[in-house]
Amino acid sequence: MEILIALLIGVLFSVATYLLLTKSLLRIVLGTVLLSHGAHLLILTMGGLSQGAAPLLGQEAGSYTDPLPQALILTAIVISFGMTALLLVLTYRTYKAHQTDDLDQLRGRLDE
Amino acid sequence: MLLSLLHIAIIAPFLFALVIPFFYKKIPSIHTGWFVLILPTVIFIYLLTFIPTISRGETVTQLLPWVPSLGINFDIHLDGLALLFSLLISGIGVLVILYSIYYLDKNKESLHNFYFYLMMFMGAMLGVVLSGNLMVLYVFWELTSLSSALLIGYWYDREKSRYGSLKSMLVTVSGGFSMLAGFSLLYVITGTFTITEIIAQVDTVAASGLFIPTMILVLLGAFTKSAQFPFHIWLPDAMEAPTPVSAYLHSATMVKAGIYLVARLSPVFSGSSEWFWIVSGFGLFTLLWGSFNAVRQTDLKSILAYSTISQLGMIMSMLGLGSAAAFYGYEAGYTAATVAAVFHLINHSTFKGSLFMVAGIVDHETGTRDIRKLGGLMTFMPITFTISIIGAFSMAGIYPFNGFLSKEMFLESMVEATHITSLNMASLGFIFPLVAWIASVFTFIYSMILVFKTFTGNYQPEKLDKKPHEAPIGMLIPPIILVGLVVIFGFFPNILAHSIIEPAVQSIYPYGLTGVEHFDVHISPWHGFTPALFMTVSIVAVGVLMYLTLTKWQKIYTFLRLHQKDPVNYIYDGIVKRVVPVAKRVTKVPETGLLRDYLAYMYIFLIVAVVFTLYHFGGFAIETANVAEIPIYVWVIVAVIAAAALLIPFLKNRVTAIIATSFVGFLVALLFVMFRAPDLALTQLLVETVTTALFLLCFYHLPELRNEKSKPTFKWTNVIISIGVGVLVTTMALSSLALKSKKGFESIANYFLENAHDFAGGDNVVNVILVDFRGMDTMFEILVLGIAALGIVALIKLKLNGKEDINEK
Repeated sequence: MEILIALLIGVLFSVATYLLLTKSLLRIVLGTVLLSHGAHLLILTMGGLSQGAAPLLGQEAGSYTDPLPQALILTAIVISFGMTALLLVLTYRTYKAHQTDDLDQLRGRLDE
Repeated sequence: MLLSLLHIAIIAPFLFALVIPFFYKKIPSIHTGWFVLILPTVIFIYLLTFIPTISRGETVTQLLPWVPSLGINFDIHLDGLALLFSLLISGIGVLVILYSIYYLDKNKESLHNFYFYLMMFMGAMLGVVLSGNLMVLYVFWELTSLSSALLIGYWYDREKSRYGSLKSMLVTVSGGFSMLAGFSLLYVITGTFTITEIIAQVDTVAASGLFIPTMILVLLGAFTKSAQFPFHIWLPDAMEAPTPVSAYLHSATMVKAGIYLVARLSPVFSGSSEWFWIVSGFGLFTLLWGSFNAVRQTDLKSILAYSTISQLGMIMSMLGLGSAAAFYGYEAGYTAATVAAVFHLINHSTFKGSLFMVAGIVDHETGTRDIRKLGGLMTFMPITFTISIIGAFSMAGIYPFNGFLSKEMFLESMVEATHITSLNMASLGFIFPLVAWIASVFTFIYSMILVFKTFTGNYQPEKLDKKPHEAPIGMLIPPIILVGLVVIFGFFPNILAHSIIEPAVQSIYPYGLTGVEHFDVHISPWHGFTPALFMTVSIVAVGVLMYLTLTKWQKIYTFLRLHQKDPVNYIYDGIVKRVVPVAKRVTKVPETGLLRDYLAYMYIFLIVAVVFTLYHFGGFAIETANVAEIPIYVWVIVAVIAAAALLIPFLKNRVTAIIATSFVGFLVALLFVMFRAPDLALTQLLVETVTTALFLLCFYHLPELRNEKSKPTFKWTNVIISIGVGVLVTTMALSSLALKSKKGFESIANYFLENAHDFAGGDNVVNVILVDFRGMDTMFEILVLGIAALGIVALIKLKLNGKEDINEK
């Protein structure tokens, strides 16, 4: 199970990296979103995907899954959401100000 | 111990410098120089009181802790050498300040700057020669470089002044840095910065493997400061300074700091043949180069600058030669060179100081220093003429002035050098007297040019701006005192022999005293028909001949391409001119200004670093324990996520790309459900929904996605980097999983699971962790959201007037 998810994480990271290396701002933002997904899954996988009950004590189950990675991911999801929202608005504003979303054109003067 | 008077003598000029602007602003009717004159006079008289003590062979040591934990202490070590230098500094300082009072106009010049820098220099210079600690010496050494650069750039509105100032700064400070490195190595070897303690460990230093690097680094400092070839180039350009500065810094005191350092550290290094050859070799070549180049100069101060270079080379070569005495039990024959060096050091300060002042007077009274415009000033300026003839004859080494005596001693020791049998001298020893002879001929020629081209010949009033007349008496007194000394030392050379020269030589040879009471220095004006005398006679004869035929052979400079500027300057200018463009070009290569490139560097570095680490430590591992347990629906979901993700880069339509990304997000939420994480699934669903909504809100304002137009090589590197990152992350994940099960780390999850109910009163362990066990995380996560929200509001709402759009097209 872990191996499969690890491969999936690899695919997500690859695609995210490729998107980050492109010139279009929108693609870059999409890349960061995919990167966050990959990172969240990575944390979860690292915690071990052992089969057990959800960490809700009322179930009286024999074993529970690890709650700590879940707490960490929850925090990470919220933070990456905040970042994505800000990036998106920044992209919007950049486009409004410069009338382009091409990073090559947003580069500025050469001798600065 | 408390601050001694000697400490105060060093610090006083710095403190005094602070009140100089006050004198200048509040008492403008009196020339500020008169106030400044007081302090050096007091210091000079105070230092004179040490002569009896020092001439008895004693030394004065005053300790003052500064940074004791690092062995850096403001200790004062006053011996013969230090006393000689400090007397020169304060004594000539008095004369130079007196001269500057008449030289600089109190209404036109910013005197507060001038005297501030000058006092700073004087304090720094006293600190250099009186310090008993190498680090403190270094601090003062750099202060002299700094104040010298300030003084050279005194007329900062002139381009040449700034050029000269920068050049002297760059050359001397780079030398100073290597000297600092040399001092640090000395500390590494001996464990102390105190000079006397280092000298006591001379055998440790000589046995150390760092001996040669240390020596070369220290010598670099000394050579740059004392304008030895090829670092002499800054000195001619330093002539843009006001003449009193040239007279003081660039002839009598600062340029001798390197000489001082060589003499001071001679006991540490002089046992080696490397020291002997480097010091005397560079000295001899500088002597030759300086005198040869002085002849072609047309500016009085340039002649004097090259002359200074040449004379410093001469003193340096004698110090190098004197170090041979370490091999021969300090017999009088070998120490003669050191005695000559010390004697010539004093003589050079007297005649060179007076000659600079003469050049300043000529400049001041005629408006030019160009010898092609000058001539026939003898009748207008008889006193200046007399001064300059005494100074120049002394410099040329003509009887009966002091230069004659030291030149004789120099030639004698050079002839003596041919008798040295070790150090390869048997085959190469002939170089010493030969170079000395040739250089002395050129010295003779330029000394004659200096006097006779200026004061005799045709008077050319049409080329002069002012009508020449004799200088005011105040301007004449300092050079008169100096040439007075030239004459006195010429006729009575032994006044200084016991009081100053002997203790100074003793400081250079602290070991020579074993078994010997003291060096008996006796300088006789007439010492019989020695080879040196015949050399002097032939120098004068050839010199006169060559001076008279000057126009015939001067073409040789054009032939040698020396007529425009010193060839070393081409190297210096080349470096200075190219450093900035080359640095710009170098930085331009990686700094393209494109995000893609920077990310590529980071990813490539990441891949290389992690792959290397994994390979180097054998970190790669894989665990195949629960491969079989994967249910079919997980396969399906994973395959769909991967397919959707892989599709995104190929999509050209904005909405499709956004939907595909959201699709991945929702499926990740589904994975969370499968992996028993209900809170995660919930949050992921909500966040994914909101994010998608945001994307859809924004997409309306964003342009269509285009085909990326970039070079195929770029595209394929991007693909390779991306695959590399993916493989890397997968490998890391697998390896750490394998490592985890191999080492059998216990998860701390059990603590949370066991105590969530009892301690926190909650059954949802994830939520308990978030708000109770690790509540701090949550608090700052809320803060992050808040800041993001504020940022978004600011981005959308805040529109500064006129700065809204940066539309350049």
